[in-house]
Amino acid sequence: MTRPVDADKDRSMELQKEMIAGMFDDLSTAHEDGKKVVYTFVPGNLTELIRCFDLLPVLPEINALQSGMRKLSGGYITEAEKQGHSEDVCTYVKCDLGMLKKGNVGPTGKRLPEPDLLLLSYTGCFTFMKWFELLKQEYDCPVAMLHVPYSPDGKIHDHQRDYIVKQIRTELIPKLEEVSGKKYDEDRLKKMLAKSATAEDDLVHVLESAKNRPSPIDAYFGGVYYIGPMFTAFRGSDEGLEYYRLLREEVDARVAAGLGPVTPDGTMTKERYRLVVEGPPNWTSFREFWKMFYEEDAVVVASSYTKVGGLYDRGFRHDPDRPLESMADYCLGCYTNLGLPSRVELLEEYIRDYRADGFMINSVKSCNSFSAGQLLILRQIEERTGIPGGFIESDLVDPRYFSAANIKNRIESYLQMLEQKRGAGVGA
Amino acid sequence: MKPALKALVDRVTFLYEDLDLTVVKEWKETHRAKAVGYMPIYVPREIIHAAGMLPVGVMGGGEGLEIIKGDAYFQSYICHIPRSTVELALSGRLDCLDGMLFPSICDVIRNLSGMWNMMFPDRYVRYIDVPQNYDPEVGGSFWRRELAELRADMARIAGREFSDDDLRNSIRVYNENRTALNDLYLARSREPWVYPIAEMYLVVRAGCVLPPEEHTALIREYLQLAQREDDRKDKDHSRVVIVGSFCEQPPVGLLKTLERAGCWIVGDDLVLGLRWLIGDVDPDGDPLVALSSAFLANSTEAASRYEPGDAKGSQLIASVRDNDAEGVIFCAPSFCDPALLDQPMLVTALDRAGIPHTQFKFSEDTGQFAVIREQAGTFSDSIRLWSEV
Repeated sequence: MTRPVDADKDRSMELQKEMIAGMFDDLSTAHEDGKKVVYTFVPGNLTELIRCFDLLPVLPEINALQSGMRKLSGGYITEAEKQGHSEDVCTYVKCDLGMLKKGNVGPTGKRLPEPDLLLLSYTGCFTFMKWFELLKQEYDCPVAMLHVPYSPDGKIHDHQRDYIVKQIRTELIPKLEEVSGKKYDEDRLKKMLAKSATAEDDLVHVLESAKNRPSPIDAYFGGVYYIGPMFTAFRGSDEGLEYYRLLREEVDARVAAGLGPVTPDGTMTKERYRLVVEGPPNWTSFREFWKMFYEEDAVVVASSYTKVGGLYDRGFRHDPDRPLESMADYCLGCYTNLGLPSRVELLEEYIRDYRADGFMINSVKSCNSFSAGQLLILRQIEERTGIPGGFIESDLVDPRYFSAANIKNRIESYLQMLEQKRGAGVGA
Repeated sequence: MKPALKALVDRVTFLYEDLDLTVVKEWKETHRAKAVGYMPIYVPREIIHAAGMLPVGVMGGGEGLEIIKGDAYFQSYICHIPRSTVELALSGRLDCLDGMLFPSICDVIRNLSGMWNMMFPDRYVRYIDVPQNYDPEVGGSFWRRELAELRADMARIAGREFSDDDLRNSIRVYNENRTALNDLYLARSREPWVYPIAEMYLVVRAGCVLPPEEHTALIREYLQLAQREDDRKDKDHSRVVIVGSFCEQPPVGLLKTLERAGCWIVGDDLVLGLRWLIGDVDPDGDPLVALSSAFLANSTEAASRYEPGDAKGSQLIASVRDNDAEGVIFCAPSFCDPALLDQPMLVTALDRAGIPHTQFKFSEDTGQFAVIREQAGTFSDSIRLWSEV
């Protein structure tokens, strides 16, 4: 059940809209304004480093998901497939390439600038590497490659950190200096990282507010908004700092008032199911997908997707005293860069720490980094927690792979099963 | 076919079809030693060999394995090799392997390493993270450290330390093996009718389960025996290079189909890991430095390897030129991210070079080849009749 949303409580949402719109405005006139542009990826992003050269980051994944939410991605994907890209591969890539072939008009209707540098931070996903190899063929610009080693045991080893720091020093910084015409200023970077750490504290506070009953947030559908500024262009900025301060205040107020999460249809007034969700959401039918949960009074209290841009809730913070080293640790620790045993342990902890009574996987066709192994994750979680898991399949931005009736049916059946088991005294 | 060649072909056919890894078990028994498996594409087998163990290439279950349990671990949109590999393991066929290495190819094989950890917690598992930075002081330093850890792990599994000289000896053994493989590919390119693709593939593929010394001898023997088959004559076939089959392997029936459809396959990336390093590894210096340097400077072009310059497709084009080929067939497994994401870039390179190409996808257990035969036959006809290359 929900009741109409109180607009006064969503100042952070308005602020984020303004920030995103402003970002796309800045990008649309970047070259006219004499600014240079760096294309890069969300997981393992080096936003502060880019910003400390006064360069503007563009995140193709964000463009793709925004295109998905605005119902533009289907056409872009079709365009890319017409150009010879396989129907089997990542739809983020095809959405981005299709958008490029159709004039590179961004999701807000404004043209995106061509990159002055492709910063390939290759973290947690092989497809990133192929994606920028493909973009390299389209643009006449340099590429800076940052290979982040995989973390099979979920631990950071010195030689991995050293490898990343060396790459930042020998490959990235020289290219950023060349493109920007500015020298690397570590003091400036440190100031940004200090702001990042403060905002990261606030983000963790917000995410962990879901331990309350009722949870004041939905940590998956709502969570993707909360991570937006942190995972994209605003980490280390004054705007990002202000956004997370405001968000934290709002969430604290909701906890004090005993309110549930805000949804597109208003505030949830009942919390029947507390779920942990693994995997990215579907973007093409995002609101419809979310509605399937909140209509059943199901709130997501923790999710893995909100950790693709960093596991801040496990203690990591950007550290101004170790600027490049902490950036390396950040890259190594992003969720999809972790071995499956570490992912299972994290999900198991979420179920216990957030007192969840259900676990669901949204398996997306496009993302093998997430999806390969999810069926084993499901079994492992069931064995370790005694909680039955639910499994649904969709895609990131390909509307052809969102079967609303099937997904709704599965969610409802799963929640009914939880209800029955609860009645029988089984599970959490 | 003369008896000696028939015996050799029967032997490599058995090795290919023997999913129970009988030859590995026999080797372990005879040598009272251990065996370590590896997935495609590249692992430094020299280090396993130097520890006195047998490196065993696990290339999936192929066309001969019924998947009973493996499908329950993977969604329909994930390629076939992980599900058949899981099937092999769950059915006990990989019990003879004392460890398993998962090289960095793609997200599926990467995640499979973690699955292995959870499914078989008592077995040794290592993810082989090759560098995508080729600066000796940066990527090289990282890779040397990874190699040193692998060396320590292999010594521990083998139950004995091994010296730099042992490793240098293994480097020499594998140099000889790659030389023999290159000789086979050169011979095949010169006279493809003498070395039918199915025979040649099985001879190459035997390198996944045989000790390298034995495999080298086998290749040399095959080269001699095939030459003595007087009834093998040239045909009016096109000469093609196939690309995309570096990990999951096409069924042998598919390779035969291409040949029957009029295509001499004079270049390929099948079982690419055996030929990943181009040229010899320095057998005299610091062996880990030598292996590292060879990887950084002399790796073959592959979809799983970052191409830092503008040379994407140049090696494929060189292969077409060097082998006097007339076209390229993209032959990638369904849902193979690296191959299928690479393909449009290679297509662009081929188009610029004016090299004809066609494409289809397969699964390792594909059983119907009629459509592929028709497509390959049409492609062969078109390049023979109308190509300007």
